[in-house]
Amino acid sequence: MSGLFLAILGAAFATFMAGIGSSIGVGKAGVAAAGVLAEEPSLFSKVLILMLLPATQGIYGLLVAFLTLQAVGVIGDPVGDISVAKGALYLAACLPIAFSGLMSAIHQGKCSVAGINTVSKKPDQMGKALIIPAMVETYAILALLISILAINGIKVLSI
Amino acid sequence: MAILQMQRINIYALNKHCKEILETLQRMGVMQVEQVDIEDSVFYREDTSAFQASYRRSAAAVKSASEILSTYVKYKKSLLSSLEGRKPLSKEEYYKLTDNYTEVLKIAYDIISDNKKIIENKAKIVAYESRLEALSPWQNLDVPMLQSATKTTTSVIGSFQEKLDYETLRLRIAETDPDLELFDLEIVSSDDNQTCIFAVCMNKDIERFNSALRKIGFILPAFDSKLSPQEAIKELKNKIERREKLIEEHISNITAQKDMLDSLNFLEDYFVMKSDRYAQIDNISYSPHTFVMTGYVTKRDSEKLSKLLLEKYDAEVELEDVDGDDVPVVLSNNKFTEPVEGVVLSYSAPHRKEIDPTGIMAVFYYIFFGMMFSDAGYGLVMALACGIAVKVFKNMEQGLKKSLKMFFWCGVSTFFWGLMFGSFFGDAVQVISRTFFGAEAPVIYGITTPIWFNPTEGAGPTKLLMFSFLLGIIHLFAGLILQAVNYVRNGKWLYAIYDDVSWILLVGGAVFALLSTEMLASMAGFQLPPVWLTIGGIMALVGAVLILFCSARNKNPFKRLIKGAYNLYGVTSYLSDILSYSRLLALGLATGVVAQVFNQLGAMIGNSFVGVVAFVLIFVVGHVLNIGINALGAYVHTNRLQFVEFFGKFYEGGGRDFKPYAVNTKYYNIKEDI
Repeated sequence: MSGLFLAILGAAFATFMAGIGSSIGVGKAGVAAAGVLAEEPSLFSKVLILMLLPATQGIYGLLVAFLTLQAVGVIGDPVGDISVAKGALYLAACLPIAFSGLMSAIHQGKCSVAGINTVSKKPDQMGKALIIPAMVETYAILALLISILAINGIKVLSI
Repeated sequence: MAILQMQRINIYALNKHCKEILETLQRMGVMQVEQVDIEDSVFYREDTSAFQASYRRSAAAVKSASEILSTYVKYKKSLLSSLEGRKPLSKEEYYKLTDNYTEVLKIAYDIISDNKKIIENKAKIVAYESRLEALSPWQNLDVPMLQSATKTTTSVIGSFQEKLDYETLRLRIAETDPDLELFDLEIVSSDDNQTCIFAVCMNKDIERFNSALRKIGFILPAFDSKLSPQEAIKELKNKIERREKLIEEHISNITAQKDMLDSLNFLEDYFVMKSDRYAQIDNISYSPHTFVMTGYVTKRDSEKLSKLLLEKYDAEVELEDVDGDDVPVVLSNNKFTEPVEGVVLSYSAPHRKEIDPTGIMAVFYYIFFGMMFSDAGYGLVMALACGIAVKVFKNMEQGLKKSLKMFFWCGVSTFFWGLMFGSFFGDAVQVISRTFFGAEAPVIYGITTPIWFNPTEGAGPTKLLMFSFLLGIIHLFAGLILQAVNYVRNGKWLYAIYDDVSWILLVGGAVFALLSTEMLASMAGFQLPPVWLTIGGIMALVGAVLILFCSARNKNPFKRLIKGAYNLYGVTSYLSDILSYSRLLALGLATGVVAQVFNQLGAMIGNSFVGVVAFVLIFVVGHVLNIGINALGAYVHTNRLQFVEFFGKFYEGGGRDFKPYAVNTKYYNIKEDI
């Protein structure tokens, strides 16, 4: 088992776990959004924004995966051999966004559903309805930050 | 950056001017009408709910007529029509349009009745068609579908709910009643679901024949007619044709009115305004010849309003400065900060005793948005799009205009931070020159080379993280200072020291002390001399003591100490508040890196004709996508930093929104002074 495999496993984790979370979150919110549109088509832009909020975790996962692939030279400039230890470190660095992305997107989706219901009854309360799901996203952002900092740090380690 | 002084306004005037005054007030849209609480032997109130309901009904009728018209006539509507806003009308134009309103209303009802007839005819056609379908298996039969008899024989017409051929049918009949012989039958049609037959039987056996058939599942047709199926089908087809002609006639009646859409829309607005006006009458007290109305108006508009009412309608106007919790709040800001008023109001209007946070918030708002979006190309696109839209669409609704202006300034800030971090559509310029020109891009400050530093390389992320925390601390301190200002304005300057200066000392001192230690110095890239450890320590200690002993307002010293200790524990929330600003870095990196991903994807095919086409396609689609999702993220998280971290420090809110009595229409905006 080479270091490269471990690193790419990490990138895969980051992408698909955060992606699964976002799909579930956006999916749930989308169902609610479509329901509201049946009654109030004019709210399209508002419910669309609320619906898209849980989509970001998937993008954070993609971002971390991309940084990992770049760091191990799969895309961009080649960097030579990756030791098993280094590969394992990359795998570990990918885990925060993988798990945080998965869970936070699902729960953010639930908040988005609630927000969509709020907006359908009181369209002028959009600002508040937007903030509640954003609270959940904080934890995905923190995980993203740690993943990025870790990958950046591992790159310069000589092991 | 201020809350406007409000005035209570009382208007006394003659009843004969009531209608005109209400119309003028509506067009000016500067007064919030409140209920007058006089009701005695002289003053009375009018109940206008019946009128309101009738006008709202008319408005609904006109609206549905206009909707019907737009389904039959395809009106061109541009993509950007939602930016256009309501068409302005002067008073004169308005009165001219109201002249022929009975005609337009009649047209509206005609359109509705035509539409009703179309629906009725369509329903009829559906009914005919289902009968046609039921008849179609019988179309080869040339006698009427009735049981008819001659002197010696009787005909039987009906069907079985299965597919049968002649032989099986005969066999089944023979099985059921072996003695039955004197009959003949013919299969008219047969498909998977049913078999239709025509049979003739001698009169004396007809009872037995019928019962034998019933036993094997024979059913009589659901319809009878003196016409043969062939004729019946022909007649139904004729009827359908007639109905279709009728529908066409009604449709052409409707489309003949295609030029009336504007008039219909105007009429809807007219009825809505009228109904709103009558709703205000509920708030007025009448005497036999005069009336009184009251409400709030900003001091800015009050002089103009009272002069106008006096000159035109001889109305007596009383104005009086008011302050209090019930008084609505109107904010006033300069061009740069006004656009974010909407963000403040979407949280809550400030209450009358506190300072309007819009001005200070605007500065942080633009900075934070720019840092999270941080791409010069995206900022340019956003600022240009918003700026042009505001310039081109003059009649845009105020709320939308404010939002676009806000995003214009956010775009400018994004552009600035993009230059600082050297991101222009990600690394588009480098990728293009490397892929298609085979050379490294020249150094262009801000576009290929960061003016400040590159946050994705080397120590960049940590540097930006530290900078984000610094901005966060400044933001939090700004919140504390605003709270201190509120305390001082209300004469409680000691509270300002206990609640705000104390925290600034504690947090500021802790930062100084930490920066002089090895641990943080390696992250920050610099170390304060050791003396700062002492200075910071003393500052933090003074702050902590102030919080411990003074921040609680309890008389009982013991309880006060415990409460103070609890407040001191709140230092953990400061830690999480500051860490929360790390999103400035994370979202900024997200924009930049995703942009790079798209550039790299685009460049994958290489330098060829197909490669260029693919690059352009991926570039456009990818960056549009990235702008969309990251602008949303930047917007939401900027709001969050303001609402949670910043407002959490000082903002009370809970002020009453100013809801002026105004022209509240959909298509036209009638202004008093155009």
